[in-house]
Amino acid sequence: MNPANVPLSPLVGALALAVCWLIIAAACLVPARNAAFARRFAFPLGALAGLILAAFGLEAVWLPVRTMTLPLGLPDLPFHLRVDPLAGFFLMLLGSVSAGISVYAAGYFRAEASGRLALIGCQYHVFLASMAFVLLADDAYLFMVAWETMALASYFLVITDHKQPAIRSAGFLYLLIAHLGAIAILLCFGVLHGGRGDYSFDALRAAQLQPAWATLAFLLAFFGFGAKAGMLPLHAWLPEAHPAAPSPVSALMSGVMIKTAIYGMVRVIFDLIGNVRWEWGLVVLVIGAGTTLFGVLYALMQHDLKRLLAYHSVENIGIILLGLGMAMVFIGFGHRVAGTLGLIAGLYHTLNHAVFKALLFLGAGSILHSTGLRNLNDMGGLIHRMPKTAFYFLIGALAISALPPLNGFVSEWLTFQTALQATILQNGIVRSLLPLFAATLALAGALTAMCFVKVFGIAFLGRAREPAHPSLPHAGDAGDMERYGMAWLAAGCFVLGLFPTSFLLILNRVGVSLGGQGLSEQALAGSGWLWLVPTAAEQASYSPLIFLVVIVAVTLLAFFLVRRFYHGRARLADPWDCGYPEQTSRMQDTADAFGQPIRHVFGPLYRMERRLPGPEDAAPTYVLKVEDRHWYWLYLPVARAAEFISSKIALLQQGRISIYLLYSFITLIALLVFVR
Amino acid sequence: MSQATAIGFQILQSVFVVLAAPLLVGWVNQCRAWLQNRSAPSILLPYWTLAKLFHKEAVVARGASSLFRATPYILFGCMWLAAGIVPVLATGLPFAPAADIIALVGVFALARVFSALAAMDIGTAFGGLGARREMMIGFLAEPAMLMTLFTAAFISGSTQLTTIVDTLAHREFALHPSLAFAGVAFLMVLLAENARIPIDNPATHLELTMIHEAMILEYSGRHLALVEWAVAIKLFAYMTIGIALFVPWGIAPAGNWGALPLALGALAAKLAVAGAGLALIEALLAKLRLLLAPEFLSTAFLLGVLGMLTHFFVRG
Repeated sequence: MNPANVPLSPLVGALALAVCWLIIAAACLVPARNAAFARRFAFPLGALAGLILAAFGLEAVWLPVRTMTLPLGLPDLPFHLRVDPLAGFFLMLLGSVSAGISVYAAGYFRAEASGRLALIGCQYHVFLASMAFVLLADDAYLFMVAWETMALASYFLVITDHKQPAIRSAGFLYLLIAHLGAIAILLCFGVLHGGRGDYSFDALRAAQLQPAWATLAFLLAFFGFGAKAGMLPLHAWLPEAHPAAPSPVSALMSGVMIKTAIYGMVRVIFDLIGNVRWEWGLVVLVIGAGTTLFGVLYALMQHDLKRLLAYHSVENIGIILLGLGMAMVFIGFGHRVAGTLGLIAGLYHTLNHAVFKALLFLGAGSILHSTGLRNLNDMGGLIHRMPKTAFYFLIGALAISALPPLNGFVSEWLTFQTALQATILQNGIVRSLLPLFAATLALAGALTAMCFVKVFGIAFLGRAREPAHPSLPHAGDAGDMERYGMAWLAAGCFVLGLFPTSFLLILNRVGVSLGGQGLSEQALAGSGWLWLVPTAAEQASYSPLIFLVVIVAVTLLAFFLVRRFYHGRARLADPWDCGYPEQTSRMQDTADAFGQPIRHVFGPLYRMERRLPGPEDAAPTYVLKVEDRHWYWLYLPVARAAEFISSKIALLQQGRISIYLLYSFITLIALLVFVR
Repeated sequence: MSQATAIGFQILQSVFVVLAAPLLVGWVNQCRAWLQNRSAPSILLPYWTLAKLFHKEAVVARGASSLFRATPYILFGCMWLAAGIVPVLATGLPFAPAADIIALVGVFALARVFSALAAMDIGTAFGGLGARREMMIGFLAEPAMLMTLFTAAFISGSTQLTTIVDTLAHREFALHPSLAFAGVAFLMVLLAENARIPIDNPATHLELTMIHEAMILEYSGRHLALVEWAVAIKLFAYMTIGIALFVPWGIAPAGNWGALPLALGALAAKLAVAGAGLALIEALLAKLRLLLAPEFLSTAFLLGVLGMLTHFFVRG
């Protein structure tokens, strides 16, 4: 027996767990007792499977590559499976993040009606299993089957509340863009395959492409996977579909599903196409920078909490692309070590974003569950009613704002460090461009911080805006299961932030498996559990633990010294607020007011409609509508063109059998002319 | 150098910065008063103010959450960390590798986010207004700050302040045109980040123009004392970052007790000049309209970019 195929290798384990998810999905549908099963066991079992899957993924990073051929699929076209460090890393991401979400879902869906619950449980676990198969697939055929299953399962989850027309149209938009992406991916595999009849990834990897064909394959893969990731300008579905889904599903889509698109991008571009060119990197960087800025600027304009989080997913995909783009530039110029650093930065941010964005969506879900509200302007003072949710949400908010010592900062820091390697590049223009992309990242990070000050300040802090929404006074904290789910992800934010070196080493192995060269000896020697050293100790280092310990120690020391030497007296009084007595809670900032400086500074980037009340209005109202420009220059023209073309094609359809027979006859004649 | 000496140096420097920071504020206020033909307050006035505030009872608004009470301590902790990282008296301190310049910007951002959140906690109009404006200044200043720091990082090939200072302090005296651009940009960022004229006015309590003061309106007693102290340390830290980047001469290597008096003297002289310069800027300029702040800071950003490009193309 081949030692690569010993039982319970990570590949077998991962396969077994994916099948396990499928079994859970099927069990949810068994008519008898399905409600009880779905309610009590389905989601906790799914979470357990996720945890084990994460462990197998972690193991796979350190073990040699395993492959397997399943006797399934079409005749002569069996399914190939493979797990290498890259797939292992993403399996770890999928397993660990989905574990938290599943635990949360067990609490969140508890009150759901049985029929709906069974359906959600089934679709949810099919969705999980299909993502696992996307990561395990080693041929284009299985990959596309899993990819489409994933799209369909998530589509049905998005339209869970299909009775609302807005949700149906969001689902349609999602399905449409997902399929445009899928077509591009399919074409990309076609280009790579070059007509040799073998669709296994090994064959695609071995293909020697002309530069023009390789570039075409790159563009198809980039935009095909980018459509799923929410990359500009194919992002329009994301802020519609993610809020439409139930919150755990939003968390799963934003946290994990769009990461499978990043996986696909890395797999195809770095692994299958190979021979990365630096020009491709520039394309990725430009689109990544645009996506980053656009995402955060539109997020700042939102007052629907889940839409806002969805726009932040767009932004974070942009940040990941910045890391990957820098990696491609460096690899294209032959600097593999710096390239690996960029790849590490991008993939680290992929994992970080999965953790904190899932956490934030779950927090938004708890607010929605408890108050029924998604509009920030109706909230206020929730920290008093939901202190635990507020605590977890704050951790997520600090993490996404890239504040040390949490995890978002580590990956952005690594991206900055990659940009600072620009001095080794030979091309002067590219060399001076990279720091500018880093500046974009800095701007986006600071804007994100502003956005989450807005979210946390308006939703959780302050007072409820008058007249208080009727559900606010009855709002209670999240239930136990919901809290465990959030606590798991919040702990993830800390672990990823405080022990970055362990993940750096994991990702270094991924980088070695893809690019053949890892980080420098100096970096690996300098990095310990305490220090993160991406290049060399005298160049850059960061120690989040010391960071946290000093801040906490000084904070506590200051607290106890003040207590010890002075008094601890505090008197409660009305807010002072410059002595204006007539204040009401309506005078607090709203979400829209908080975005005003942004609208002022970045005005031309928005499509804004504003109506100010006149001086003589009896009932003055202020109306502000901010819309996505892409709808107007891209989507609507394309939609109109498609409608026009199909209306012309529809002329062919006369609905009379004689006409169709005529068509067949003409076709036959034409074929005879050509084939003769 | 033994580990104990190094840690001794580290603690000495942190304590020194924390204790000396109000003195710098006092000195700036004194200079400004002279320039405005007023009789100057004592240079020790900030200490007396702190002592007074610590003795007073803290008044906390009803409905404040624990975040509001914790924030002053967190701000103080962040600034203390910054004080430990910047090479003020000595390079090669044991904590210095814990954060490079990017992480240092992160510390300041962390403090800013907490103070903005605390401002929104009470739910008053001014709190939200101050938080919104402060975050706007933040997102405008941060890229400019990073561009400046990147220029220094490219020159020395490192983002560690210690390495940057070592490289810049021990090279031959040469004019780096890139550093000149970066220096102007850094000065503009310093003014904005520390709520000084022309972006904000630390002396104003005129509601519609204030930024920083609007955020801390609800603080009193010991909380206000800690906030004010943290602000003083922040100004001190920014000035010493500027000194480290642009005029690093005279700093002592860690563990070298003999070099310490010279380092202290050099630092005092440089800070005295910088403080007087700050007062001069504040006496000469008027506060900008808030909506002009983006232009001010984007100028800083462009200068930072120019500095970086100059470095790439002139190698200077």
